[in-house]
Amino acid sequence: MSTVLLEVDDLEVTFRRSAGPGRRAASVPAVRGVSFQLEAGTTLGIAGESGSGKSTIARTLMGINKPSGGSMRLNGADVGALRGRELAQYRQTMQMIFQDPYDSLDPRMKVSETLLEAIKLRKNKPASPLNEVYQLLEKVGLSKSFASRRPRELSGGQRQRVSIARALCVDPRLILCDEAVSALDVSVRAQVLNLLKDLQEDLGLAYLFISHDLSTLRFMADYVGIMYLGKIVELGTRDEIFERPQHPYTRALLSAVPEPVVIDRTVRLPRVRLTGEPPSSTNPPTGCSFHPRCPLAQEICRTTAPARRVTSSGQLAACHFAEPELVVAEA
Amino acid sequence: MSEAVPAAAAVDPLALGDKPVRAREVLRSLKKDPAALASIVVLLALAVIALAAPLLSPHDPLQTFPDIGLGPQGQPLPPGTPGFLLGTDALGRDVLSRLIYGAQVSLVIGIVANGLATAFGVLVGIVAGYFGGVVEAILMRITDVVISFPILLLCTALIAVTTRSTFNVIIVIALIYWTTLARIIRSMVVSLKEREFVVASQTLGLSHRSIMWRHILPHLVPAIIVYTTLGVASSILIESALSFLGIGVPIPQPSWGQMISDGSTYFQIAPWMLFIPGICLILTVMAFNLVGDWLSDMLNSQTPLAR
Repeated sequence: MSTVLLEVDDLEVTFRRSAGPGRRAASVPAVRGVSFQLEAGTTLGIAGESGSGKSTIARTLMGINKPSGGSMRLNGADVGALRGRELAQYRQTMQMIFQDPYDSLDPRMKVSETLLEAIKLRKNKPASPLNEVYQLLEKVGLSKSFASRRPRELSGGQRQRVSIARALCVDPRLILCDEAVSALDVSVRAQVLNLLKDLQEDLGLAYLFISHDLSTLRFMADYVGIMYLGKIVELGTRDEIFERPQHPYTRALLSAVPEPVVIDRTVRLPRVRLTGEPPSSTNPPTGCSFHPRCPLAQEICRTTAPARRVTSSGQLAACHFAEPELVVAEA
Repeated sequence: MSEAVPAAAAVDPLALGDKPVRAREVLRSLKKDPAALASIVVLLALAVIALAAPLLSPHDPLQTFPDIGLGPQGQPLPPGTPGFLLGTDALGRDVLSRLIYGAQVSLVIGIVANGLATAFGVLVGIVAGYFGGVVEAILMRITDVVISFPILLLCTALIAVTTRSTFNVIIVIALIYWTTLARIIRSMVVSLKEREFVVASQTLGLSHRSIMWRHILPHLVPAIIVYTTLGVASSILIESALSFLGIGVPIPQPSWGQMISDGSTYFQIAPWMLFIPGICLILTVMAFNLVGDWLSDMLNSQTPLAR
């Protein structure tokens, strides 16, 4: 179980914004030194506010955006060094499911056409592609009759199932889900999440699951990373993050979940309320990026960026005050 | 499936094929737009006339009738003269026959020149919009250069260095008219390529060519149809302008522009030589424009459905 499938080390992605009317050219560091590992067959959830760089990580892994620094290794192979056919091969090991189920399928193509197109990209082509389409549809819980339909005849959940089937066409080992269920109704969302879990068990898939919804991550993820302004500020197992959060930002996010996250609280956590907007990523604050909004901020936070270190409860956190003693003191 | 199913999907999906729905919608929207309907009738009639020119025209369009085709002082005969329904021109040629053959020339030039321009413009637009960066910069700067030339001057120069032939007129018109479409298509592709289904096919590992061919081009078809229809009208007009300036289709082959040019010389004694081809030209161009507008309205109102 513990083979590392994906290893991201110190990944940086910077967007260049060209000058336009009333604004200067600027570079926007969207992802600033992100590192994590993903084991085969497990799920890493990534949460954070809008603009924190979650989707950029997924898009960079898929090759849609170019990294400006750091490395990505898939099955030990450096992705940045791959070219041509190897790159195409690599891409198929990893697939992506998009947020908007109404835009991720070509509206002019029947479901069967969409899937056949993807099946044809396989290295060893199946004897009967159409049979393969039916099998894939069955895998994602759709009947054969869906093959002849067009996207506009499908509901959001059905479309997302077709998107999943399309991703499965090329036999990926890792699926990036970028807000894959955020646009769905709550009841449908649960069904799609269960489908993803079943597929994970059957096919041994790994997921990088990006969501702003913490309850979704609590249900799906084995590991959770919390992002703030392009950095992962806290990274640990699901239980560590949800039950013993160390970083004040993680605590703030957990406090913001509207329905009470029912947690067996051995230590009572103080409620942390976030004020203000996240700062602009063109011009991130000095020191710890979170300090302007942090209830615990001290002088050191303004001057020195905290290093990510293992805390006493096990997970990694980037905070000068990430110690359990502090939690007790606050309570 | 326990998920909520939209009403449309509750019906048998195979009965919801695209074609019958579209045909019905086309008829319905035509009924609401009598001008477009009339224009389609005009254009169909024109096409039939052009195709059946040898059968329909009473005389050879090139034949002069020095004896019966000209008046006592050698002046052209007015419309209604027996044997010459729409009169004759200054050389005693039958105006009706020349008009019918001229329709052939105008339509062929309008459609072929514009077809070439469309194909080239769409190609440039898709490639520039899809690849962006240097490719886009080079292609679009070339487009800008072509656009910034005065059209008639460029035509004159191009034809001056070649010979005067129908083929060259077609090429020259095509060389000029691809630019507008290239710009329009490029801007559409720039937004299309950000759509998730295009990104999804990229992440699947589909080749650029199949993405452009299968996922981008089909979405441009409505726009291409509309602009091509409008473009035919402009191409017919520019051919007339070239003929009027004496650099169009080689004489004595009849074209409407040539007839208007000849007619303007004899305007005071034989106004029909000017007005008859002029009215035909106006009607044709107007019909193409009205059909283009109608197509644009109809296809745009269908866009939400197509999504």
